[in-house]
Amino acid sequence: MQPVDHKIHHLGSRLDYAAGFTPALLDPERPPPAIVAGPNGKAAGKRYNVYRNNVTVSLINALAAAFPATQRITGVDFFRAMARFHARATPPTSPLLFEYGHGFPAFIERYEYAKPMPWLADVARIERAWLDAYHAADEAALAPEALALIPPENLVDTIFTPHPATRIVRSRFPAVSIFAANRKEGPESPVEATAPEDALVTRPGLEVAVRHLPPGGAVFLLRLIAGETLGAAAAAAFSDYPQFDLSASIAGMIGAGAFTAARQGD
Amino acid sequence: MSTRSTVGAAILAGAVTAALASFAAAGPLTEAEGKAAMAAGKEKCYGIALAGQNDCAAGPGTTCQGSSTVDFQGNAWKFAAGGTCASIKVPGDRSGSPEPLTRDVPA
Amino acid sequence: MNELAIHRAARSLAASRFPAHPVAGLAGTSLKHQHLASILADDTQRGFFEVHAENYMGAGGPAHDALTRIRRDYPVSLHGVCMSIGGPQPLDKTHLGRFKALVDRYEPALVSEHLAWSTHNTTYFNDLLPLPYTPATLARVAAHIDEVQESIGRPILLENPSTYVVFPESTMSETEFIRALAQRTGCGLLLDVNNVFVSATNHGYSALAYLADFPLDHVGEIHLAGHATQADDEGDLLLIDSHDGPVANAVWILFENVIGRCGPIPTLVEWDSAIPDWPILKAEAIAAQAILDRHAQGSMSGRANAAR
Repeated sequence: MQPVDHKIHHLGSRLDYAAGFTPALLDPERPPPAIVAGPNGKAAGKRYNVYRNNVTVSLINALAAAFPATQRITGVDFFRAMARFHARATPPTSPLLFEYGHGFPAFIERYEYAKPMPWLADVARIERAWLDAYHAADEAALAPEALALIPPENLVDTIFTPHPATRIVRSRFPAVSIFAANRKEGPESPVEATAPEDALVTRPGLEVAVRHLPPGGAVFLLRLIAGETLGAAAAAAFSDYPQFDLSASIAGMIGAGAFTAARQGD
Repeated sequence: MSTRSTVGAAILAGAVTAALASFAAAGPLTEAEGKAAMAAGKEKCYGIALAGQNDCAAGPGTTCQGSSTVDFQGNAWKFAAGGTCASIKVPGDRSGSPEPLTRDVPA
Repeated sequence: MNELAIHRAARSLAASRFPAHPVAGLAGTSLKHQHLASILADDTQRGFFEVHAENYMGAGGPAHDALTRIRRDYPVSLHGVCMSIGGPQPLDKTHLGRFKALVDRYEPALVSEHLAWSTHNTTYFNDLLPLPYTPATLARVAAHIDEVQESIGRPILLENPSTYVVFPESTMSETEFIRALAQRTGCGLLLDVNNVFVSATNHGYSALAYLADFPLDHVGEIHLAGHATQADDEGDLLLIDSHDGPVANAVWILFENVIGRCGPIPTLVEWDSAIPDWPILKAEAIAAQAILDRHAQGSMSGRANAAR
């Protein structure tokens, strides 16, 4: 039979055990909560530490699973230290762990020891977008044939519906090249790149794809995703980059499955 | 927007026609072609879905078990990154000049 | 006819998206996506698969594709990890809605949750945290189980926890608490034999005595898993429910003891960290299946479980 100590009864603590149990979970400096003990008069210290450890390690592991390229770049020790700070400061607010880590790229940007890698946060942003796309709703991408059916005079006012998986990540650094070189198994591939790189993340079927956008492409797509017309989005892209290749960008966005439908705007 | 600029119908029609023609003429690159282009450093914008993402990793999952690895304290850390970062040479890289570190946790 | 029975009768009239695939008497394993190709290529496979509900609460993508493919060919057990049934605060209605949607979509053979909690206020701690066993917590947990069962329209199986600390304010033993929950709510039980062994070792009581006191007639599923060893402050053995290795011998012995008394009950081998290649995990399930088959002549009728 399990021993049950009937002698001790803490008045006033009937249903506040969660409030008592949690404050020390993410703070190893705090003593274990007074509401718990070891059995038969044993100490609670190392026993409570099991819970502290489970919480902390599982959250670090969750970040490692969501940001594998980031971890490969920094190495495991550096990453786990960085992730531990983030998990303590910003534990999840949803039980859906694949939603965790949206604040991690901004944390990396502020993290003292990551400052020598100013591009690291953008690599993490691509990884977070990758995971968004992975779990996004399944929808068929807009087929080229559907675009061909739009009367030419209506194209200016055409509005596109973004696919639920579509994400754009803009970077002042060659983030796509760094991401691509590190988001894979196998030998290290050196990265020497200079130009800023914007990423388009899509998942028209079951496979997430990350593409490097040409100059002007991110502005073009962001405008379309925001619901602006094809004419307005193209104008914004030409304004951003006068040599913008409009036909290549239209072919690219259709090929990538970035949109699901096209309709006539006002 | 105050300046509601747009692009003319003729330009758009031409661009869409050219885009659709590119689908008819040259289908998307095969996986092998894509990998070859990437390996040669000739990664073509837009055309290639980057390799290495096509795995079964679903990202993080829930746990209903404890951890046998003890790693919850960790106020000691490595500030020198030990992964592949040394092989990344891009502008803005200040890895050669670590600055004096005065804080443990970023603000 | 009570409300749950009416729900079930109504469901049986609706068109099913999947075959029924009975789970009675079968052993199964956790479904891990790295094993998917091996499982789908193995048409000799007998058994069932269990998934953590929360990992399939995204809108779409490969996770749902994998579960759909598995569900066509095998019974599936939907194992909730994060409902915080054992917590003092009200259940998260959004989360409960997501859970119900999964039950409706995949028509699982078994549906289970934990006697534990993991959310406080809005923070999700991603661990199964313990609760004191008192009349006040009993009433709260029973209300939570009622709410879940009413929402999904069928009984759940509630799993006994692995614990590392005690609450001196507890006035009931764990078995007493669990028996009262089953009586009050009509829920079935998921008996995790590894958890029994881990908790018994950690708290210095007899696992056999715990099982003798456990309401075995309510058990609709059994869990087996591996554990790891640490030490407590006094230097005594402290077992961690780590699911990162094969099932321990002592746990196999306890399992056979239970099956000898109850007859075959659907049994799941959990392996969630340091996940081996599929043949190694499959071998654990085959070992469990052999024990179930050995006792298949036992009493099969009158079992209270949440199987469809």
